[in-house]
Amino acid sequence: MKKVFYFYIDGFKNMSRHSVRLWIIILVKLFIILFVLRIFFFPDFLNSKFETDKEKGDYVFEQLINN
Amino acid sequence: MDHFDISLVDWSRAQFALTAMYHWIFVPLTLGLSFIVAFMHTIYYRTRDEKWKKMTKFWMKLFGINFAIGVATGIILEFEFGTNWSNYSWFVGDIFGAPLAIEGILAFFLESTFIAVMFFGWDRVSEKFHMVSSWLVAFGSNLSALWILIANAWMQNPVGMKFNPDTVRNEMVDFFEIALSPTAVFKFLHTVSQAYIVGALFVVAVSAWYILKNRHLLFAKKSILIASVFGLLASLFVAFTGDSSAYDVAQTQPMKLAAMEGLYDGEEKADLNALGFLNNEKNNSNFKGVRLPGLLSVLAFKDVNAFVPGINDLVNGNAEQGILPAETRMKKGKISIQALADYKKAKNEGNEEMTSLKLKEFEENYSHFGYGYFENKEDIVPNVHLTFYSFHIMVGLGLFFILLFAWLLYASLKDKIGKSKLLLRISVWSFLFGLIASELGWVVAEVGRQPWTIQNILPVGVSTSHLSVGSVQTTFFIFLALFTILLIAEVKILITQIKKGPEEGGSHV
Repeated sequence: MKKVFYFYIDGFKNMSRHSVRLWIIILVKLFIILFVLRIFFFPDFLNSKFETDKEKGDYVFEQLINN
Repeated sequence: MDHFDISLVDWSRAQFALTAMYHWIFVPLTLGLSFIVAFMHTIYYRTRDEKWKKMTKFWMKLFGINFAIGVATGIILEFEFGTNWSNYSWFVGDIFGAPLAIEGILAFFLESTFIAVMFFGWDRVSEKFHMVSSWLVAFGSNLSALWILIANAWMQNPVGMKFNPDTVRNEMVDFFEIALSPTAVFKFLHTVSQAYIVGALFVVAVSAWYILKNRHLLFAKKSILIASVFGLLASLFVAFTGDSSAYDVAQTQPMKLAAMEGLYDGEEKADLNALGFLNNEKNNSNFKGVRLPGLLSVLAFKDVNAFVPGINDLVNGNAEQGILPAETRMKKGKISIQALADYKKAKNEGNEEMTSLKLKEFEENYSHFGYGYFENKEDIVPNVHLTFYSFHIMVGLGLFFILLFAWLLYASLKDKIGKSKLLLRISVWSFLFGLIASELGWVVAEVGRQPWTIQNILPVGVSTSHLSVGSVQTTFFIFLALFTILLIAEVKILITQIKKGPEEGGSHV
């Protein structure tokens, strides 16, 4: 495990400038996707309105029957 | 279908299409380039020739840039399922969840673990393990695609499931029927093999540019040789899997096939509309151009005498051919929807006899369930012009790629690759054509199957969440901005690294 850990540490330490720039892009992108878009713009519709699976199923049932 | 907001549905579709199409710019290059890198790495491992090491490192670096920019863009599609398509997400149940979970656990971890070894492993792990890691990254990437494509194939041809009216979800009854359905197998093979073409075209384009600039000539010629062999094999395989996919579409989505060919009136010994234009007439005189006699019957049913149904047959029915009119299917669909409502009511009232009666009625008509949401029989027809032109341009480009790779391979083997400026210039632009063909493949698959999210069972109009149109519009433009920035970043970084060339390569990502 220690060898694997140092393998990664060495890898990150010896990255070129261009690789560091890529990692910054990856991290900024992941932050935007997971902590901005997901939380503020993409709540799970059913989870945000209902607590149980039965409630969710009943809601979708109504949607299917009354459309 | 009167009660949902068309603009909400259209904006939700536009948002999904935008996200999927941007995502698909990055994916085929990852899938294709990963195998080319693995091939080159293997040649280096076997020859220990430093030239191959340099080539492997250079293309690995460009692969890394594309991977880094593209990674996780697909997650947004999963967000959209939960937010914009909640009825659909609930309705599909485990069918969609299981393949995506396997993708996340198995393929993603395989890919992400070995990608670190691939980039960090130079002089740090054994050369054999390092080379094997390159292959595992390639297989991991392709395995990721497999599970996503199985899920997509199920939407086009829903098999191996049973709808549970109590949970209002589809439940998997046969995993292998889903995973190994002809639709899933052909979709996977066709999609990944066309991605190999995109990867090969990228290598060809960059290498041709070097030769035109009189730079890195040996490197570029060797790269073109590898890419043209890989690309030629991939493009021939794409032609084969495309033929198999068309056969499958003819059996499972006849309306899509009719739209792909602009075929309104079904016929025996149906001609293939090879090259030409469509007008707005809704009969077979809508096509002006070159027809190949009987070839559509062969393509669709492997029989030159076979009857291929047209759009009018599928809308109005054709008793002679045993095709139900859409209006009959709409009536059966409404019976199924009403039976579902009555089943629930009877169950709540504890009326067991009525419960089983209505369940039987529902199940007997379930294959028409989605038709019950339409009021107009014409609603089952997709956008014919868009499907037709996307299909024909895609096929035309596919044939062009076979010729291009054959020409490049011939020129490489005869050591004439630098002699024809025309070939080199075409090669530089061909990468763009590869991306266009790749995107058009998805347009054919997804526009051609409209109005369904799940073929014959659930239309798009019933699949969406009740959100405000404004919120969907807002996220549409956020994505447009985000993906455009990512694409500009990718193109800029790639161009910078390509301009630097392999001489300055070697640093890992």
